[in-house]
Amino acid sequence: MIRRLRAFGAFWYGFVVGDDWRVAAGVVVALGLTATITRITAVPAWWIVVVAVGVLLASSIRGAIRRSDQPAAPR
Amino acid sequence: MGNAALFVAVFLACAVEAVEALTIVLAAGVGRGWRSAVTGLIAGLLTLAVIVAVAGPAVSAIPLDALRLVVGALLLVFGLQWLRKAVLRASGHKAFHDEAKAFEAALAAARHAPGRSAVLVPDWYGFTLAFKGVVLEGLEVVFIAVTFGSNQHDVGLAALAALTAVLVVAAIGVAVRKPLSRVPENAMKFVVGVMLTAFGMFWAAEGAGAHWPGADLALLVLIPAVGLYALLLVALFRRGDRRSAVGADRPTGTTP
Repeated sequence: MIRRLRAFGAFWYGFVVGDDWRVAAGVVVALGLTATITRITAVPAWWIVVVAVGVLLASSIRGAIRRSDQPAAPR
Repeated sequence: MGNAALFVAVFLACAVEAVEALTIVLAAGVGRGWRSAVTGLIAGLLTLAVIVAVAGPAVSAIPLDALRLVVGALLLVFGLQWLRKAVLRASGHKAFHDEAKAFEAALAAARHAPGRSAVLVPDWYGFTLAFKGVVLEGLEVVFIAVTFGSNQHDVGLAALAALTAVLVVAAIGVAVRKPLSRVPENAMKFVVGVMLTAFGMFWAAEGAGAHWPGADLALLVLIPAVGLYALLLVALFRRGDRRSAVGADRPTGTTP
């Protein structure tokens, strides 16, 4: 039963979050910041998501490349 | 612009996943027998239809701002996942998805698996292989179609785009009876990644309370801008030796 629950949770984690949890976390932070700024100031906040996407995509790709380039650890 | 982009995004996403589901169903049919594979295919399609019937009205009932925030955020995360893999493939850091290779791998696994029959199904392995392939590949498309349709107030058009893609891929699959390895799948995934990311950015920021300069017209800038940025990243991270690309795709799963 616990194994099935774990598999169920792992499926939805993989479905929603995917390979890089930092991307999902970054999106949540960027949207939280956008919502906060629009509520407490009159400053335009649309650019936050643009900047976040630019940074998150580049850093996620860079991280994936670094991981794939690393030699396997000795056993 | 909105409706054309909606149709293109849903059609391409659905076509890509339908090509992958077709590969799995073909492997189940050739390796284990067609009766179980077709039963699994029909059961998978019925399951997806039930999910659409439940999720469609439920999503439409959510207030627009909350819908745009949650759905936009999810589409943005999905879009960035698709785009990340597309850039890694195009820059030579990840193996291109190869339907012929995926078919051979799934077929070899199907031929070596032990057989077991169940009620209405002569071969349980063939049934579950086809069923899981259809449901897992279809789930993301269902989400994209329902949410795109709800946000653009045109679920009918999204459903039409999804249905057209499935019928086109199924017709070609029946005609050629082998995996559709000549479909420009990786380029299609790149375009879908760009569309999901751009629409996700637009809706999520609006749902969070931001206002885009030019309102809906901002999408006319966002879509090409995301595409150009992704191409720039491909050029920036391009690897000289493509033979060292690693991480061939799995034959099943929900990730692009």
